[in-house]
Amino acid sequence: MVKIEEIPLDRLTSQDDLLRLAESLQTADVDKTAIQILVGMSTCGRASGAEETYAIIKYELEKRGIDKTTVELVQTGCVGLCHAEPIVEVQYPGRRRITFDKVGTARGRRIVEEVVKNIDGKEVYSQGMGMGIYTDQTRVALRHCGVIDPKLLRSYIAVGGYQQLAKCLFERTPEEIIQVITDSGLRGRGGGGFSTGLKWGFARKAEGAPKYMVCNADEGDPGAFMDRSILEGDPHSVIETMTIAGYAIGSSIGYIYARAEYPLAVEHLRKAITQARKVGLLGKNILDSDFSFDIHIRYGAGAFVCGEETALIHSIEGRRGEPTNKPPFPAESGLWGRPTNVNNVETLASIIPILENGADWFKSIGTEGNSGTKVFALAGDVKNVGLVEVPMGATIRDVLYGLGGGSSSGKSIKAIQTGGPSGGCIPASEFDTEISYENFVKLGSMMGSGGMIVMDEDTNMVELAKFYLEFTVEESCGKCTPCRLGTKRLLDILNKLLAGKGTAEDITTLEETGETIKASSLCGLGQTAPNPILSTLRWFREEYEALIQDAGAAVCYEIDAEACVGCRACAKACPVDCIDGKVKEAHVIRQGECIQCGACEKTCKFDAVIKRTV
Amino acid sequence: MTVKTTSLDSKGVGELKKFVENLGLDDSAEAREGALIEVLHKAQGIFGFLPSEVQELVASELQLSLGHVYGVISFYAYFTTEPKGEFEINFCTGTACFVRGVGKVIERFEELVGIELGEVTDDGRISLGHLRCVGACSLAPVVMVNDKTYGNVTPEMVPEILADCQ
Repeated sequence: MVKIEEIPLDRLTSQDDLLRLAESLQTADVDKTAIQILVGMSTCGRASGAEETYAIIKYELEKRGIDKTTVELVQTGCVGLCHAEPIVEVQYPGRRRITFDKVGTARGRRIVEEVVKNIDGKEVYSQGMGMGIYTDQTRVALRHCGVIDPKLLRSYIAVGGYQQLAKCLFERTPEEIIQVITDSGLRGRGGGGFSTGLKWGFARKAEGAPKYMVCNADEGDPGAFMDRSILEGDPHSVIETMTIAGYAIGSSIGYIYARAEYPLAVEHLRKAITQARKVGLLGKNILDSDFSFDIHIRYGAGAFVCGEETALIHSIEGRRGEPTNKPPFPAESGLWGRPTNVNNVETLASIIPILENGADWFKSIGTEGNSGTKVFALAGDVKNVGLVEVPMGATIRDVLYGLGGGSSSGKSIKAIQTGGPSGGCIPASEFDTEISYENFVKLGSMMGSGGMIVMDEDTNMVELAKFYLEFTVEESCGKCTPCRLGTKRLLDILNKLLAGKGTAEDITTLEETGETIKASSLCGLGQTAPNPILSTLRWFREEYEALIQDAGAAVCYEIDAEACVGCRACAKACPVDCIDGKVKEAHVIRQGECIQCGACEKTCKFDAVIKRTV
Repeated sequence: MTVKTTSLDSKGVGELKKFVENLGLDDSAEAREGALIEVLHKAQGIFGFLPSEVQELVASELQLSLGHVYGVISFYAYFTTEPKGEFEINFCTGTACFVRGVGKVIERFEELVGIELGEVTDDGRISLGHLRCVGACSLAPVVMVNDKTYGNVTPEMVPEILADCQ
């Protein structure tokens, strides 16, 4: 019997070479007798203590002299069940995995004890967690996350990795590939929602050389982390798809633009690129074909606007990441003025299953015009924080209460926020809406990259709008005036309202200014920056109005002549001297001069000052 | 105006020069400009921040104008021209962290450390700052101390975290 790690990884020089390698890896995998203990080692796993858990399990196994032919310890990516980290799974050969949540060092030790007691697997320790949240999903983009070891090329090839690349290079023309992607109806998952196939087609037809294939891994929306999960858990699928895209559009140079905040994702990508180059799946004459393609990683440096494709292109060029007008679109004039195709990570991760199963298969998931699946990152006041992938057309309620498990605080859910700083809020009354690009826009929000922040009834919506506005004010690049000055003005007005100094006119100004910014800004950042305000105004206007009433702008004070004893206390307290009256006689406020400060009301010991709304 | 002068550590200068050399850039403007952000990341990693001396060094190594280099540094939030603390305490500014109350945690830190967000203590030990969403939303609110992540932070945990900064 051959062990997986003993199968040599030499340079692959043909499609058959790759097929043979995959077959021998798969056979070795089936013949495997070792029990596997898998520890999820993505960012959220590590932050919850997965490294300690891994170390204790390793120590306990070594202490007992158990080697990896009996029990193999494996590091894997993120399954997306972030609330349950650190996650440890036990896989007996030929059985379903048993998943354990929140495995600290004590629990880690117990798992080892139980596994060691049951090496033959007869009495399998089966008290894993309920896996409904996982099995109820339709996993396309996340298909390998938490399943394979992202640091091993063998692991990816064993599940069929790079077979589609070989098929494309040797059996399909670029036009055929683009046709399949177009027919599948796949749309940009970064939020744009534009047909991916058409985009590839434009880049293919564009004149100029060289052409560039860019992967947008600058996942900037706060609260969205599906791209991080894919890059950390399945980096080879991104590399394979970029290479296929390069072949389809006629490019031999690829760039991955990754965020500085994702060091682990970058580490896994680097490793994967090196591995792929070494065996001839990347670089000159891939699989000894005529096609060459290589990928370089470029880093972001903390600028949200660089998620916008023209800004991203300037950032790769090593300049300030300011957006430019479209058209010309990057397909005609992108990186260094040459044809460039930009796709988001989740979009790329959805492509190989389409090539494997065909356009009709992809269209059979989801709805007309919105085919396939979408990954959402659930966070905030929800029980199951994590990633969920669902077919388009599922309702918001399915996601929130089905997979998300409902509110984490026990209080009722008031609204969700989608689309990050470019999106808006969707109130509980609309939770039966089917998920699609168009429906989210109709509700005043947008799909965005798929962040879904859940808020319970304690959340103040005006404060939430302010949170996003502060973000856009900070992130506005300053190039165009509506965005640079307009967002600042919106924030000023919000601050005024929250300080209790607002008027009804301020709300109208918010709306007018918001609409103006949307209509006149240069790029997507500015065009969507007012959305958090406009959507909370649409659904939670009463919260804005309540701030005005509290402001006291519409109150007046009067003195009740019968209750007043004429003590002069209020007249002395009045900062503008607008209270007339002699000692022991009823006093009167001169309304024209009153500034509604309320000092008289506070001073009066006889409750003679009456506050009245007008 | 006082001009801050920092004499650069020669080992660091050597390391950065070596890094640029190993990039194997050709002479084209595309290659030199394209490498700028990566080189600045490296430089900040070596020197901790990017004072004018470092900017000049990067500009001359990549044969770019100082204005170009400074323009890029000032655009990106990640780059800093001021030194940070030995313990860099950063708060995630993601929405999940906001909804779960990072504001109260920040207040407690400011109170106990005695500086405001964006400042460094006089002894250069601790600095408080912002961080873009780190994507660990299940742990919100998240506080990072250098490379270490603290999750589900409450105001009560602040003294404990500060005790780790020794």
